Amino acid sequence: MKIHEYQARELLAKAGIAVPPARVVESAAEVAAAFNANAVPLQVVKAQVFAGGRGKAGFVKLVKSAAEAQVAADFMFKNRMVSVQTGPEGIAVKKVLVAAAVDIAHEYYMGLVLDRAKAIVSVIASAEGGVEIETVAHQRPEAIIREALHPALGLQGFAARRVAGRLGFTGRQASEVSQLLLKLAALYAQYDCSIVEINPLVLTKDGKVLAIDAKINFDDSALFRHPDILALADPAEHDPLELRAAKANLNYIKLDGDIACLVNGAGLAMATMDVVQLNGGKPANFLDVGGGVKPEGAVEAFRILLSDSKVRGVLVNIFGGIARCDLIAEALISAGREVGFKVPVVVRLEGTNVQAARDILAGARSELPTLQSAMDLNDAARKIVAATR
Amino acid sequence: MSILVDKNTRVICQGITGGGGGAFHTKGCLDYGTKMVGGTSPGKGGTKDANGLPIFDTVEQARKATGADATMIFVPPPFAADAICEAAAEGIRLIVAITEGIPVLDMVRAKKFLAEFGDQVTLVGPNCPGVITPGECKIGIMPGYIHTPPAPGKRRVGIISRSGTLTYEAVWQTTQLGWSQSTCVGIGGDPVKGLDFVEVLAMFQADAQTDAIIMIGEIGGTAEEAAADYVKKHVTKPVAGFIAGRTAPPGKRMGHAGAIISGGEGTAESKIQAMRAAGIIVADSPADIGQTLNMAMRG
Repeated sequence: MKIHEYQARELLAKAGIAVPPARVVESAAEVAAAFNANAVPLQVVKAQVFAGGRGKAGFVKLVKSAAEAQVAADFMFKNRMVSVQTGPEGIAVKKVLVAAAVDIAHEYYMGLVLDRAKAIVSVIASAEGGVEIETVAHQRPEAIIREALHPALGLQGFAARRVAGRLGFTGRQASEVSQLLLKLAALYAQYDCSIVEINPLVLTKDGKVLAIDAKINFDDSALFRHPDILALADPAEHDPLELRAAKANLNYIKLDGDIACLVNGAGLAMATMDVVQLNGGKPANFLDVGGGVKPEGAVEAFRILLSDSKVRGVLVNIFGGIARCDLIAEALISAGREVGFKVPVVVRLEGTNVQAARDILAGARSELPTLQSAMDLNDAARKIVAATR
Repeated sequence: MSILVDKNTRVICQGITGGGGGAFHTKGCLDYGTKMVGGTSPGKGGTKDANGLPIFDTVEQARKATGADATMIFVPPPFAADAICEAAAEGIRLIVAITEGIPVLDMVRAKKFLAEFGDQVTLVGPNCPGVITPGECKIGIMPGYIHTPPAPGKRRVGIISRSGTLTYEAVWQTTQLGWSQSTCVGIGGDPVKGLDFVEVLAMFQADAQTDAIIMIGEIGGTAEEAAADYVKKHVTKPVAGFIAGRTAPPGKRMGHAGAIISGGEGTAESKIQAMRAAGIIVADSPADIGQTLNMAMRG
C-alpha cells in the first residue's frame, strides 16, 4: 500500500524526525492561507500524487508569495500530471502540499528496503541525494552505503553511527543523523513497511538535518495488524475497476491494451498476458481469479473486464487443478447470459473435467455466438488476436 | 530416488481443521497415497478429522505420537510464521508452507530462527503449491493426476517453479510428451521464502533419478539470475525454462507478493538474458515449455 508524501511526512514527524512546516490543501482557494500560515518567504508547492517525475512535469514549484503559490496550485489542480510513470493520459491532482523551503547545504538519500536475496532489511544511504537512487546505484555504485538490519534486533546503534560516519557527518551532526536513522528503522518495523525513503534528507546552511521529501510503502500482507495505516489509503488514487475487483476478491490490474484476460493463478495470468503480446495483441489487464473461483466471482470478473470500454475481446485461460473445468464452463455461460458477450471470447480450458467442460461449451454455442474454444494457449492467443483485428 | 519427499515421508498438516484448505487438501494428499499421519489444531487435540487422522494441540505431541518428519502448513497468515518456527523447533525435517499472505517481516524473523537449525530443517514456500514426488508423496494443493511417476523407458524431469498454475502447465505438457517427473517443487511467490532456485537445482543435479530440469520464474528479485549463474558453473543436466511477466508494467505487484519490478530490478528480460547466457533453453510461450525441454534434451 502506498500513501501520499504529506502522510509520510506526518508519520516521520510522529516518529520524531524533523520535517519543515507544511500544510496540505484540497483546493486552490486554500493555498494563500496555507502559505501565510507557514510564514517563511520561500516555499514549495508540490502535487500529492503516487507517481514520480513531478519535478520534470512542472508539479513541484518554488514560490515567493501567496499569489505565486496560488498560480502554481491552480495549474496543478486544473491539469493532469503526465510523467514517465503515469502513461500518456496522466493523473488528476486532488491535493497539494505547501511547504517551507529550506536553505540547502547538502542533499542526502536515506532509506530502508527489503534485500530479497539475503532475506533481511537493509539501510540504503548515499551522500548523493536529491536524485533517483537507482540512477546513483547504476552509475556510481561505490556512492551507495548499505547496512543490514539484524532480523530480530533491528538496526543497532553502532551500525547507525557507522552509516552517519560514512555519509561524512561528524560530531553533533553525526549523532543527530544516527538517531534519525534509528527512528527510521524503528518506524519501518513498527508499521511493517516495504520501503521507507527520505530523498532528499538535507543539511541546511544553518546546520539542521531535515527530511524534505519522503516515500513510505507498506507490506499489504501486514495491513491486518495496522488499521491506522489502512485508514490512510486514498481510494481516489486507485482505478475504480481495481477497487471493485478487490471487493470481489479478484486480483485485477488494469493495463492499456484491448484484449482482456481471465485466468486462474498469478503466474499463469502473467504468462497469458505475455502470450497475447507474443501473438501481436495487447493485454487489457492482469486478472487472477484464484483457484477456488465460484460462479458469482467469475460473473463479476466478466462484468469488470467488459466495463473497460477499450476491451475488444476476452481470453479465458483456466488450468483446472483443484478448480473444476466444468464448473468454470457453467460459470462462463451464466456470465454470458447475464452480461452478454458483445465481443469475441476465446476459451482455453485444461485439467480436471475438461471434456465435460468442452461439451457444456459446445452445447451453448448457439446461445453465445461470439464464444470460441481453443486447444492450447498458443491457439487461444492467435484466435483472440485474429478475432479482435 | 527423488528429492525432498518419497514414499516413506510421514506428513502432518498444521491447520488441519481450518477453512484455509487444510481439511480439504489433507484428504487430497491422503487420496493420492501420501502417508498423512495426523494434524494440529490448537484446542482440538484428542479429536480426529473426517479421515480418522488424529488431531493434536501442538506439533510436539503430533511428532511424538506419529513419528512425522514433514509438515504441510495451512495456518492463517497472522499465525503462519509461528507455525513454521514451531515445526522447526520440534524437529520436523521438511516444512511445506502453503499459506499465502504472511507478513514479510514475520518471514524475515522466521528465516533467522530456522537458520539456527542449519541443515536439519528445510522450508519450502510460503505461498506455494507444495512438493510432489509422483506416485509416492504429494504435499500440497497440486492436482495429482496430471503427474506421471517414473517408469522404465520414461525420462524424468525435475521441476522448480515460483508459480502454481504454471507448474501444472509444465507438468501437464511434459506428461503429454511422454515424460515422467522425478519431483516438482513449488518454491512460492513470496519475496522471502525457504528453498530458492539455486538450492533445488543443486538437489536435482545430485539426484541420479532426474535426467533434466525445468525452472519457471517470474518478474521480481534476482533469484533467476543467481540460478543462471549456478547452472553455468555447476549443472551438467539439460535445463529448460520460462519466465512470466514480460508484459508486466514496472511498480505493479502482479498477484504474487514477490512479483514486482522495482528500481529497474527484476525484469523478465534480465532473467531471460541471464538464463540464455547460461545455456538454459528458455521458452517464449508458456505453451511451449514441454517442447523446450525436448529441445534442451537434444542439446
